[in-house]
Order: sequence, then structure tokens, then C-alpha cells
Amino acid sequence: MRGFLALTQREIGSYFSWFTGYVLLALVTFLFGLSLTSLVHALNHESIHLPLTDLFYQTYFYWLILLVTAPVLTMRAFAGERSTGTYEALMTSPISDLQVVLAKFTGSMAVYTILWMPLPLCMMVLRHYTENSNPIDPGPILTTCLGILLLGGLFISMGCFASSLTRNQIVAAILALAMDTGLFCLGFANRALPVELHWIDRVLASVSIIDHMEDFSRGILDTRYLVFYISLTVFFIFLTLKSVERRRWT
Amino acid sequence: MIQVRQLTKHYGSHKALDELSFSVNRGEVVGFLGPNGAGKSTLMRILSGFSAASSGSVHLAGFDVVTHTREIWKRIGYMPENNPLPADMRVEDYLSFRGKLKGLSSKKLKHRKEVVIQQCGLSDVKQRFIDHLSRGYKQRVGLADALIHEPDLLILDEPTVGLDPEQIRSVRRLIRELGGKHTLMISSHLLSEIEVTCNRILILHQGRILASDHPDNLGRQIQGSSKFIAEISATAEELNASLSQWEEVKEMELENADGPFTRCLLTVDSEADIRERIYQTAVANSWALRELRRVSFSLEDIFIHLTNKDSFRNGKEPKEQ
Repeated sequence: MRGFLALTQREIGSYFSWFTGYVLLALVTFLFGLSLTSLVHALNHESIHLPLTDLFYQTYFYWLILLVTAPVLTMRAFAGERSTGTYEALMTSPISDLQVVLAKFTGSMAVYTILWMPLPLCMMVLRHYTENSNPIDPGPILTTCLGILLLGGLFISMGCFASSLTRNQIVAAILALAMDTGLFCLGFANRALPVELHWIDRVLASVSIIDHMEDFSRGILDTRYLVFYISLTVFFIFLTLKSVERRRWT
Repeated sequence: MIQVRQLTKHYGSHKALDELSFSVNRGEVVGFLGPNGAGKSTLMRILSGFSAASSGSVHLAGFDVVTHTREIWKRIGYMPENNPLPADMRVEDYLSFRGKLKGLSSKKLKHRKEVVIQQCGLSDVKQRFIDHLSRGYKQRVGLADALIHEPDLLILDEPTVGLDPEQIRSVRRLIRELGGKHTLMISSHLLSEIEVTCNRILILHQGRILASDHPDNLGRQIQGSSKFIAEISATAEELNASLSQWEEVKEMELENADGPFTRCLLTVDSEADIRERIYQTAVANSWALRELRRVSFSLEDIFIHLTNKDSFRNGKEPKEQ
């Protein structure tokens, strides 16, 4: 446990010991700002009968942040250690491979959570200026945050897996981006298919993260989504573990 | 301390290690010597439990490296090749991090950190970023990391590679000091390094052990004869008439040195020391004698002899003892 905590702490610290963490945080905050201004513009023109989070999730920046942050955060996890060579020292410390994988995941997850902090801040700013109409409903905000965390967990586990496959950080990032945008695009495939193929349609609909996020942003908490995200996340952590263990396969 | 049996490692069709077997006793300082690509780093990685062998077994302090990896990791300090360190950490923070990773309690860690910083001479740089340190200091940080959890066994892969002569000397001094307290395994392609730091040498070539012995004994193994060099102010004819007639002398090569001097390289069959006799002969004939010494095979000669017997030339002038 000591080893796990030390490694997690080191992971989080390493994002902020160089500029990576700060640059990402600044960039994400900037994108949130853009989302917020476009939102305020939209609200100024006509009355909308949708929760604020629902509007927020429809902005491009929101998806950009969701899809891009995880690969950027996780690309170093294993590939970086391999390319600098510190991997060998890490993997010959008396700490299990599972602990290493979980610490990498937890570290990235913690930084990911920090990166999303500007979102509640944006909501508070909006609330401050619209006190009378009170457009903020805590329910959808909570489910949206949960959705962001669940989706982030999945993308980060995918990113860890991608990073464990290579020693090149760029390859790791591209691979992770390909995986998460691939999953994202399945949601569009659903809409592009003819209606007759209803079983494919149903499969695609159930993995459509756009639809999931739409429900989350409306305050709907569906246990199927919870199962979907948590099981896939566990699956990718398992794959990462196997990929890390492969050095000891004979 | 270490028992290695029939260790084999394949990389695809390439055999990096070929049925290696050896054992190391507690307190020994063992050097692995071999040209680049001999399988040194592969062996070090398997011994440290980082990667697995294709077949064969490794036992460290009674534990199997494959099944009891974590027990092994508590007992070894491993410094990988090139000693990679995170650039963005301060020396002291890095040692704290590594200590925690190795499961030391806060109190123990604080104590051990002080000890290894002292031991490795890092007091002046403990607040510096690792990135800002010279290679010599980085190597010391690597050693401090390997030592922080008081391991019984230290495995150092090429510990002085890339250092300048002064740094090499100080790291070697440190390694020699460690030799008394720990069992040490050092790999190197530098003969001089192994020669000065180790009390046993394993010569590795193409994944096999060619020889395993004390440096001096290794020399005797292939030597079987002694060589002497003498520079005498006599003509070749005079020398041929006296020295080469002795029954111990198997072979004599003569070479003109400057002035009246002739340089003789005498190969003697047995272990006999003919230096005194050469001196007395010179005195009796009133020859001036300006050099007289016994030469032996250097580790380099032994190494070349063992790894490439064809290229070994007996006539090659060996290094001074």
C-alpha cells in the first residue's frame, strides 16, 4: 500500500513538476471559457427549455476536452518510463505489477479530475449572473460530473493500455486517441445505418457514448451505463496489467 | 547466495544465454566480463527478476526469482544499465520516493536516507535536481537508490560507463567499500574495472561462461610459462651463445634497442625465475643491464585468448605485471 501511495503521489507530482500539467490546465480552462461564452450567446438570443448541462455537452469544446485529455495524460504512463529507462528500476521495486498499473491509472485520473474543475466554476459564474431565473439544477450537474468521470476512467484505462504497448509516447497518444475517437464515432455510425438492421442498431445504440452523455447531462442515471463504463474500464486495466506482465512471459 | 542452473534465454531464434550455471557465495564481489552483446545485461535483468528466462532457474538467498519475485526485490539493489533517473526530481525527494516504493517506514527511511547520502557523498547535492547533476553524481544517486533498503545483494550493470577518469576512480572506490558489506555482482566490458574491483571474474561470451576464477588464477590457467624481458648491452651473437643455451629457456627473441643494447624476450618453460641468473651472467660478462622484469598475461590477453583463440598470438608483447 505504501508503495502504491508513493507511486500515485509521484505520478500526480510529475505532471506538475514540468509544465505539462499547467499547460493542459490552462488550455482546458481556455476551452471552457470559449464554451461558456458561446453558451451565454445562445442564451441571450432565445429561451431554451433544456438543462444547462445539456447545452454544455453539445458544445464542441466539451468533446474536444473529453477526447484529447486522456491520451495526453496517459501517454507517458508506461511509454515515458520505457523511453527514459526508469521502467526497469520501477519494475524491480518490491511492488506488484497490479499496484503499478493501478497507481498509474489513479494518478492520471486524479489529474483528469483536476482538469475538469473549471466546469463547476463556469456553472457557478452562470449562476451568479442569473440569480433570478436560477437555471442551475444540482441533479443534472451531479450526473454530468459522474458521466465525465466514468467516461474519463474508460478513456484513461484505454490510454494506459496504449501506453503499455509501446516505448514511444507519440505512438501511445495516437493509439489512445484512435481508440477513444473510434468509440466516439460508433455513436454516429448508429445514426448513419439504415433502420432495418435493428440488432446492429441496438448494439451501436448501447455503446454510443454521445447518447450516454446526453442522458447524463439531463440528469438520467442509467445503471446499464454504469455497468458499461465500469466493466470496460476494468477490462482495459486488466489488458494493461497483462501487457506489463508480458516481459516475464517465457 | 545465488544459484543459477541451466539458464537459457532466447530472443526469437537468437540465443542470448546458453545454459549458464554458476553460483555466488555471500560476500563475494563477482565481475561479469564480456564484449558488448555477450549477454551481460540479459543475465542481470533475469537475476533482478525484471525479465524471465526461457528455461533454467535462478535462486537468490533460497528464493526462486520467478515465484518469489517480491521477496527477491526486497533483498537486491539493482542499478540498471545507463542508470536512468527521473530528471524532474530532487536527489533527496527521489531517494524518499524510492525508499517508500521499497516499503521502508518513515522513521527507517529518514535514517537510511542520511546513511546513503553520507555513504555515496551526496550531501552537497541532495537539494539539487537530478537533471542538473554530472554523470558521476548521477551514478552515485543510482547507487544510493540501490542501497537505500539495505539489500544483501547489489547488482550493478556497467556502473562506470560514460564517466570521466576521475569519476570512474571515485565510483570504483565506492564499489570497493561496498564490497566488504554486500554481495556484489558487477557487469562490465572494461577489463581494468573488473580487475580492480572484483575477487572473482566470470567471462561471458555469446551467452556462455568461458571461465570463472580469480584474476590471477585465470592468468595462470592459460599461461603455463613465464616471460622475461631484459635489455642488455651485448650483441645478438653473445646473447645467443649464453642465454639461449640454458635449459629452462624455451624461446628467445632478440631485438635491437638503441645504442649497444639488445632487447631479449625470453620464454621460460616452467615457473622458474631466471632474473637472478640473468643478472649474474651480465655481471660476469661485464654487460650493462638496464631493464629486467617478469611479464605476465594481462586480463586483456586472457580475455582475447578465451573469446577468440584463433586470434591469440603468442608472440604478442604482453602487458607489464
